[in-house]
Amino acid sequence: MSSDLRDLYQEMILDHCKRPRNFHAMPSPDRKAEGYNPLCGDRETVYLDLEDDVLKDVSFQGAGCAISTASASMMTESVKGKTRAEADALFERFHDLITGKPDSQAGPELGKLAVFSGVREYPVRVKCATLPWHTLKAALDGAGVPVSTESEGPAAESGGA
Amino acid sequence: MSTAVRETGAAYDVAALRRDFPILATKVYGKPLVYLDNAASAQKPLAVIDAERDVYERCYANIHRGVHWLSVHATDAYDTAREKARAFVNAREAHEIIFLRGTTEAVNLVAQTYGRRNVGAGDEILITGLEHHSNIVPWQMLCEEKGARLSVVPLDDAGEIDPDMLERMLTPRTKLVSVAHLSNALGTVLPVKRIAELAHARGIPVFVDGAQAVSRMPVDVQDLDCDFYAFSSHKIYGPTGVGVLYGKTALLEAMPPWQGGGDMIRSVTFEKTTYNALPYKFEAGTPNIAGGIAFGAALDYVSGIGLDRIAAHEHDLLAYATEQVSAIEGLKIIGTAREKAGVLSFVLDRVHPHDIGTVLDREGIAIRTGHHCAQPVMERYGLSATARASFGLYNTRGEVDAFVAAIHKVIGMFR
Repeated sequence: MSSDLRDLYQEMILDHCKRPRNFHAMPSPDRKAEGYNPLCGDRETVYLDLEDDVLKDVSFQGAGCAISTASASMMTESVKGKTRAEADALFERFHDLITGKPDSQAGPELGKLAVFSGVREYPVRVKCATLPWHTLKAALDGAGVPVSTESEGPAAESGGA
Repeated sequence: MSTAVRETGAAYDVAALRRDFPILATKVYGKPLVYLDNAASAQKPLAVIDAERDVYERCYANIHRGVHWLSVHATDAYDTAREKARAFVNAREAHEIIFLRGTTEAVNLVAQTYGRRNVGAGDEILITGLEHHSNIVPWQMLCEEKGARLSVVPLDDAGEIDPDMLERMLTPRTKLVSVAHLSNALGTVLPVKRIAELAHARGIPVFVDGAQAVSRMPVDVQDLDCDFYAFSSHKIYGPTGVGVLYGKTALLEAMPPWQGGGDMIRSVTFEKTTYNALPYKFEAGTPNIAGGIAFGAALDYVSGIGLDRIAAHEHDLLAYATEQVSAIEGLKIIGTAREKAGVLSFVLDRVHPHDIGTVLDREGIAIRTGHHCAQPVMERYGLSATARASFGLYNTRGEVDAFVAAIHKVIGMFR
């Protein structure tokens, strides 16, 4: 693999893609939401158990690319046990990382989520990495409608054939 | 253009043809570009690029308006392009060639004119399961407005349509049949001539979406006997923003105009407007003049090579690529119709098409990944996406080899 591809598909990402963690439906979650990426037709469902303001348990299901699957898997591990505000702040910092915004050094530590830094070199793949996070946000907001990656930018698959 | 291929009987000199396409010299991440996304849009030969530049440098003005020298020359050149399009699909009359923005606009035009006039509550429009969104949505919009029904001839596992099944789905309420000539997602060639026979036996007109077909096989609308045939310039090596709706004169005459504006009128008063003759009745507003003229140059270019020879070349590439990828464990070709052209859609076990696309991209190889604007086709196969290589007149067996090698690299990474 060329070195730049290795930047995107880091070992940890490939590992989470092949063996996603918390990859199951919850029989009776407090919240759940469905995320959709029209670019690739991927759908992901995020399940959530809340205890007051704390994300007690998080899981996901669906079929996606390596980046979205690994992102979902690592997200569930990262946000479990965090408060809602902490999860929101983590997403913000994660989003800055993968869109190449200068790091403010503020907010929570990204920890192993930093392996997604290579995504910034692949603008068309940013939505793959953010899909599970948007879906988590929708679950937290209790929105009943599926969330789409296209709420954050122009449609990626608008025409052609 | 390449003189090497102009002489009839000369060998198909793909190396010489490649030199006609400046973009093919591009390096992507330091590697030679391998462009296998021709079904999305084809690259442009110098003949087309030069033709468009030439219009702006030497004979640009608005058409059908001025008495001045430039306008006369621009009008001549534009009308000549229309005549080239007529000859290209063997329409009877040049006025049967309506210049539009593309295939999508052609479908919408027919839905909004022929469709709105002839389709009523309880009527049916028949399409097939392999259609591009642009041959689904305009009919859906019409059906919703009119309380009509969209019927869909199902696909079999190979991606074929059974004409007998289609025949059985024609009912006394069927007002139009609309089918692709060649599926963009599967590569299936549909028997449109047979479909037209079946529909015409019941007096039903047939619209053919030829967007993928015109660059890959000779098309003769009189032989097919379809009532409408639509295609886009940009898929046949011409500029974007230009396309053709062919329609039989009698049908076009009977259809109301679509958009109102300049060029489509004969006279206007505040009480009453009379409409212009064909084809201008459907060409409101200043068209893509330079694009239309360069589109004519694209038709000259492919005609100079010969559509039958391009078809043979792409057939060889498709057969070769199919054979090569069939040997790859865990690779499944989506779309295995007996009659295919130009398109190789596939999925890989445990690897998402999107990841295939990213890895191939870093090898300089451009393919399409996703649903190809044909989500019902994906659903038919229980997929959300496929990877798709699609060939053009300038692709080579060596490029197929690079493509196959890159797939092996993908497998090495993700399995």
